Amino acid sequence: MEPMTWTGALGPYLNPAIQIAALALAVSALANILVALFSANERVQYSEHGAVLQSNATLRFTRMAMGLSLAALVAIVLGYILGGILMPAGEKGIVGSIASRFTPVWIALAVTFVVSIAFKKRLGLYGHLFDNVIGMVGFGLVMFWVFTAIFADAIVPFDPVQDVISGMKNKAPGTPLPNPAEGQFTHYLLGGDALARDVFSRMVMGSRVVLTIAPAATLFAFMVGITLGVPAGYMGGKFDTVLSFIANLVLAFPVILLFFLLVTPEIITMGVPTYMAAVLFLFPIIFLVILWNSRFHTRTGLRNLLVALTVLIGGWLYLGLAWDLDPFGLVSIPGGVLIVFVSVVFVNSPTVFRIVRGLTLDISTRDYVAAAQTRGEGPWYIMLWEILPNARGPLLVDFCLRIGYTTILLGTLGFFGLGLPPESPDWGTSINGGRGLLQFFPFPPLVPAVAIMSLVLGLNLLADGLREESLRD
Amino acid sequence: MAFFILRRLGVMLLTALCMTFVVFLLTNLPPNLEKLAKTQAGSRITDTEVTSWLERNGYAAPILLRYGEWLGVWPADLVTDAEGTPIGGRCLRGRSGITSADEVPRYCGVIQGDWGYSTKYRVGVAEIIGERLARTGILMFWAFATMVPLALIIGVLAGMREGSGLDRSLSTFSIASTSTPEYVSGVIFVVVFASSMVGLKWFNGSAKSAVDGVTFENFTLPVATIALYGMGYIARMTRASMAEVMTAQYIRTARLKGVKFSTIVLRHALRNALIAPFTVIMLQFPWLLTGVVIVEALFVYPGFGNALVEGAQNNDIDLLLAVSVVAVVVVLVTQLISDIGYAFLNPRIRVS
Repeated sequence: MEPMTWTGALGPYLNPAIQIAALALAVSALANILVALFSANERVQYSEHGAVLQSNATLRFTRMAMGLSLAALVAIVLGYILGGILMPAGEKGIVGSIASRFTPVWIALAVTFVVSIAFKKRLGLYGHLFDNVIGMVGFGLVMFWVFTAIFADAIVPFDPVQDVISGMKNKAPGTPLPNPAEGQFTHYLLGGDALARDVFSRMVMGSRVVLTIAPAATLFAFMVGITLGVPAGYMGGKFDTVLSFIANLVLAFPVILLFFLLVTPEIITMGVPTYMAAVLFLFPIIFLVILWNSRFHTRTGLRNLLVALTVLIGGWLYLGLAWDLDPFGLVSIPGGVLIVFVSVVFVNSPTVFRIVRGLTLDISTRDYVAAAQTRGEGPWYIMLWEILPNARGPLLVDFCLRIGYTTILLGTLGFFGLGLPPESPDWGTSINGGRGLLQFFPFPPLVPAVAIMSLVLGLNLLADGLREESLRD
Repeated sequence: MAFFILRRLGVMLLTALCMTFVVFLLTNLPPNLEKLAKTQAGSRITDTEVTSWLERNGYAAPILLRYGEWLGVWPADLVTDAEGTPIGGRCLRGRSGITSADEVPRYCGVIQGDWGYSTKYRVGVAEIIGERLARTGILMFWAFATMVPLALIIGVLAGMREGSGLDRSLSTFSIASTSTPEYVSGVIFVVVFASSMVGLKWFNGSAKSAVDGVTFENFTLPVATIALYGMGYIARMTRASMAEVMTAQYIRTARLKGVKFSTIVLRHALRNALIAPFTVIMLQFPWLLTGVVIVEALFVYPGFGNALVEGAQNNDIDLLLAVSVVAVVVVLVTQLISDIGYAFLNPRIRVS
């Protein structure tokens, strides 16, 4: 078996092309910035259509050059991916093989985009996202990782934890297995790590860990922040003072010190994560119960049904997640993951609390709140059904940003080897495992690092797109 | 104004007390004390030996009393043997050659200026913290010296013409920089500039030698790593503030008068646009602590962050308490400065 080259049989054609395109993009972008800086930007032109603002000719030229070279670059990258999938097995190269492993993801992405763009008029804010290039790029990146996490079992060529193949320790990308078994994948696409595991498979499986914990933890932090923040902002008084002081206290605590103190095996043996989870995981149930009760208290039948359902399902999950006492034995989290989850929720909630409180203070001066008060609505109805829905725009944007921030926090925990078990394929832990020999074997830490960056970048771009589109409404 | 500052100082003191108590509580949980005993007296000692070690060294008193000892409001326990020679206790740590109980001070807490004794480094905590803070101060200074001017320039350039091509490219760069945490950019920087694979080898991948003297080779990568992550946020805030100022009436008046665009930006808009970023820059200080810890771990630089990591791993109680005091003081002082500075810079705000 030969070691793979990066680009396989496509290399001789596409490699020079992509170099030219990248160079052209760099030159035109630089020229564009310089021209924009040193020339008058727009001037008014008078023609038979009336006065129009027109940018000067040089600027239009550099902008066009930039657009064209960017389009060429994108086309060549697409060529690598499509060509890689279509090439016969021996000639794919590393890029092509990776692209073909990701085939289910490409199909899912294509379907999502085609369907969403076709029906974008009817999809509200989500549909507006597809009018915005930045938002679309961000959404694409995020969905790429979401689909990767969903289809991870089909994508990985090797088991990320158990497949330790002798002779593959710290090998370069594209190294063939010494003697592959029948039906086994023949190469380590992105090389082997210090324990001779496949870097590519670990990266793909890691997305599953990260994309389960980060959004769930953010959601819980939002539940806690909203349940406490809306009443604090709406009612004020002692309740607000005490909660604000606690929130500021947690915020003054350096995140990293808190992690080092909380996420240790000693703390887990003391059962601290269970107690914290017992408090934090109650909030979603409380929130939902108050939500149903305030809306439907006049229709007792529906109210009782909803509250009963919430308490039953919520209580079942609560027993399983927080106390590990699920009567059916279905729901449970290992101690290491629980403490990571709980501390991330704990660190995020005060910030959400402050944002929600600020938004509530602002919205409670509006006329529709006064109207609801005059109608004689209860305070909880006003808080949860008048104020909260009107705060959804900023909260949605912050939710996207916060998932990104939570991903970074998870990576930080992994980077210091806290919480998650050392063989866990999540990205932070993988970076930690490879950073010692970074200067000699860069791929084991580099691959998960790029993965984290692309996911967080996608979330930030998505949040930016959402913000722009929701401001436009 | 004086009352405002006094009240803030009071809140600060209360916060610091609460925080150090939480740290004290967490580091003094029974399993943590057991870990401490095992790292100090040998990892194979039995449970009874652990208990007797803890009793001998003054870790057995109730937790509130020992917190009082640390604060210096409660006389510290002194454990003596049968002849009355002191053998252990808070005030004895780090002192040697003491034969009678009279030579040991009764109070040795923070109020007396005694920050305690580091069980990991076996020297006084004040000494370690001082040395480490000086090193981290150098790192922070260079990080700020690169980050702030660059971020302000990017923000002003992007915000002066909202929606232009320049704005879009610079804004995308800022977003990219805020989505690159230190452990990612550090890894990428080392691979590109210091690894044998790329072969550039312009800089050192380790900042260990920076202890003896900062050079361009050993300090560029750590500084760039810290600066990159914080830069995007400041740049975005500056951009927002600049874009807002550029829509103000007096800017429009200046444009209509025919003032040159560069003059408008530099003379009229810039000063007002820099008020809001000042707050953001001050509030970046506490954020940088996490970055400093990561960068010091990645580039093997023995600074404040390294002391935090080592202290936490060895359950070095006094060291961790001192670290948290420093951290909370930094957080709260920067908040105070940003509030007061904002009031000074912006004549429309009055502190009440």
